[in-house]
Amino acid sequence: MSDAKAVADRLVKVKRLNALLTPVKDLRKSLVAQEAAARPTGVLYGMPVAVKDNICTLEFSTSCGSRILEGYRSPYDATAIAKLKAAGALIAGKTNCDEFAMGSSTEHSAYGRVIHPLDKARVPGGSSGGSAALVGAGAVPAALGSETGGSVRQPASFCGVVGIKPTYGRVSRYGLVAFGSSLDQIGVFGRSVHDAARVLSVISGRDARDATCEDRDPLRLPTVPESLQGFVIGLPREYFPPELDPAVRRACERAVRLMKEQGAAVREVSLPHTPYAVPTYYVIAPAEASSNLARYDGVRYGPRFNGSADLRALYRSTRGQGFGPEVRRRILVGTYVLSSGYYDAYYRRAQQMRALIAQDFRNVFDRGVDLLFTPTTPTPAFRAGEKLDDPIAMYLSDIFTVTANLAGLPAISIPIGRVKGLPIGGQLIGQAFLEDEMIEAAYALERSVPATDEA
Amino acid sequence: MSPAWETVIGLETHVQLRTRSKMFCGCSTAFGAPPNTQVCPVCLGLPGALPVANGAAIGLAVRAALAFGCTVHPRSIFARKNYFYPDLPKGYQISQFDQPLATSGTLSFLSPERGIVNATIVRLHIEEDAGKSIHDRFAKATAVDLNRSGVPLIEIVGGPDLRSPAEARAYLLTLKQLLEYIGISDCDMEKGSLRVDANVSVRRAGDTTLGTRTEVKNINSFAFVEKALSVERDRQIALVESGGSVTQQTMLYDSRENSVRPQRSKEESHDYRYFPEPDLPPLVLTPEFVAEQQSALPELPPAKRERFMAQYALSREHAAVLTASRDVADYYESVVRAPAEPQPAANWVMTEALADAKDHQEQLRVSPTALAQIIALVKGGTLSHQAAKRVFGEVAAKGGDPRTVAEALGLVQVADSNVVSGWVTDVLGAHPTEVARYKKGEVKLMPFFLGQVMRASKGKADPKLAQRVLEEKLAS
Repeated sequence: MSDAKAVADRLVKVKRLNALLTPVKDLRKSLVAQEAAARPTGVLYGMPVAVKDNICTLEFSTSCGSRILEGYRSPYDATAIAKLKAAGALIAGKTNCDEFAMGSSTEHSAYGRVIHPLDKARVPGGSSGGSAALVGAGAVPAALGSETGGSVRQPASFCGVVGIKPTYGRVSRYGLVAFGSSLDQIGVFGRSVHDAARVLSVISGRDARDATCEDRDPLRLPTVPESLQGFVIGLPREYFPPELDPAVRRACERAVRLMKEQGAAVREVSLPHTPYAVPTYYVIAPAEASSNLARYDGVRYGPRFNGSADLRALYRSTRGQGFGPEVRRRILVGTYVLSSGYYDAYYRRAQQMRALIAQDFRNVFDRGVDLLFTPTTPTPAFRAGEKLDDPIAMYLSDIFTVTANLAGLPAISIPIGRVKGLPIGGQLIGQAFLEDEMIEAAYALERSVPATDEA
Repeated sequence: MSPAWETVIGLETHVQLRTRSKMFCGCSTAFGAPPNTQVCPVCLGLPGALPVANGAAIGLAVRAALAFGCTVHPRSIFARKNYFYPDLPKGYQISQFDQPLATSGTLSFLSPERGIVNATIVRLHIEEDAGKSIHDRFAKATAVDLNRSGVPLIEIVGGPDLRSPAEARAYLLTLKQLLEYIGISDCDMEKGSLRVDANVSVRRAGDTTLGTRTEVKNINSFAFVEKALSVERDRQIALVESGGSVTQQTMLYDSRENSVRPQRSKEESHDYRYFPEPDLPPLVLTPEFVAEQQSALPELPPAKRERFMAQYALSREHAAVLTASRDVADYYESVVRAPAEPQPAANWVMTEALADAKDHQEQLRVSPTALAQIIALVKGGTLSHQAAKRVFGEVAAKGGDPRTVAEALGLVQVADSNVVSGWVTDVLGAHPTEVARYKKGEVKLMPFFLGQVMRASKGKADPKLAQRVLEEKLAS
């Protein structure tokens, strides 16, 4: 498909995006070695795949966009990486991201913000902004990201590429540095539905190292359907609020019309607990994060910072200086909601609400709806700095994506138009482990929608 | 202790399960390896690593729960117990919290003060061990060995049912014997595979409410259980008698000083922030799995004791001694099957065999067949009891067939009346005064004559035959 040097050259060309954390010299060397070692019979032979910096690779450091893991080298490959390599793919470096995947703009990286490939004043979305920007800029055909609340779909939408978040348990999390373990899934970016889907197919399937990974065969790729005849697509009214950006609404309406024209039946549905999704998410994810990030204490790996005279000082200085402000904020929130006396009021209630949100989806699917269609984000890419001082506004950019994570459902974002040159994404949410149906519909939509036209 | 006070003790016991690999990864659990050589990304808590539960460990934990008669829950939940310490690599321990593996069991044990006591087992759950901090190896630095990190444990929480330090010791000993019996742990306190913390409180005799308790930790050996608890009990009584009151806190036992000191509050002000472990699905046990564990359990000590009493007509005391360990019980039954009569077999196992084992790392060195043969030689008159003990010792040390050994040692009893007659004649000839006294009616001299005959025969004379010959000759 492309030789190692050409891959490296394309990545050098987009250096201005600050999307790649791996030094180009190291990358060049590694790509040549990887290409020599790659299995020519692999289904992804020679395909360069960039990898978010929170997925462990033997090749490059895995810093999670954090100071606290600066220079950390994993002694093992994540299962998804091992599967990519076995399929002949080339690991095309590690991509910049919000620190520990906490953010929606890739401004919260210890290694500087990532620039939107089409507008240097804007953010690429996050937290997998580096991966999205590299695919959006055409530097790689596909990249791995990770999702906890929309961190693949939201930047895919912002950067005008395809992003898939599989069903929870479809892809092994072994080697994905944990943020919110019950929500985390590795996801895929691609220039096209096909690119994303074939990478997903390779990394999916059972793994004895992850007890939450389902005992299933890898996803079988569907073929592009003749039409959408027989598909019932639900439009959840909670995802089309009056204040929705008008261009986003127009793009969605056009996409719906195009799906109807291909034979899909479309009906309005309701997911009544949607308004509680973001607050629910911002209890559960930080709670799990506060525990998952406890291991970064400066004792065994990663840098130690000044003032490590005794144990408490070591913890305080390492964690105080090693973590950025957004990570510290979430650790504090998570510690608070799990504290005795507050657990019932926050964590337990959030879990109850999560169950209701998942039930909303089941109710709709039980009534004959195959897929849901929504905007991926309420707005196109926003300006850098615009939401940095307002965490709530930042959190709300995930309002249409967190629900699929809370319910564990597969979802895909595909480009459905532009507004003033900025991409708009449309989202299809599928039923658990029915990624094939979701991908079929996405193929049909992708084929018909004028993705780069103004909506 | 003043009779005006009653002590209330409950023990929390941590027991290492006898598995080859750790609770959530494939690393070895072997004891004594060089530091940090039995580790992997999972038990080191490296970024991205995930736990997978060890099915063998779960099976052993279920067996323990069944041995206590606990309710084993078909669905239990792993939970994270969060706290910071350098030997806890993930910053949390995977344990179980509000939905444990098993609840409501019993441990029956013989209290030195109250006879048989049925102590409550409140709960039994699975957890992983932490690593080991080594504070005395390097100057001004603490070293951490993570070989233990992730080793499978069960925690057995006993109710506040124990009434004295001696009783706590008896409870713990019985618990240890039971777990060894069912083969789920080696329960070696010195290797850290059995650890115990105690909740202790005192109250005035007759009170029904519990006093404020303290938790005594750092009881590192069986020998210290009673001492540590006595020290804490005495401290509490003295405190209350002098008008003070007990503060709920953790006390650390110092075995060198035989004293307790409060753990610094900084070390214990933990809010563990338990929550369900999202990396592990609920632990679901099928009825088939539980039944499999049940059938893997051996006959438990109380049942075995009753059976020994019924089947072998042994006293309760003898049956208790013989069933205290599974090895001894199996050995005894092999001797009986060899065959040997049950009561003499019991006597031999309880005295000679156990004494020999005690001196030789608990090895039962004489095979059941050989012991049965020795018992048969005594019964058949071939060996005196004294001679048989020597044969036992010889067989234990060097092996061999008991009869051959007895012959080689020249211990086979002489039952030839001509030979015995010769010894009797010699003895009577050498002691004319005693013969005269006997004939005048001092029959109590018979044992003296018998002893002399045994001496003359170097122990080989059949004592029954010797007595008969003596009686005949002295009567003439």
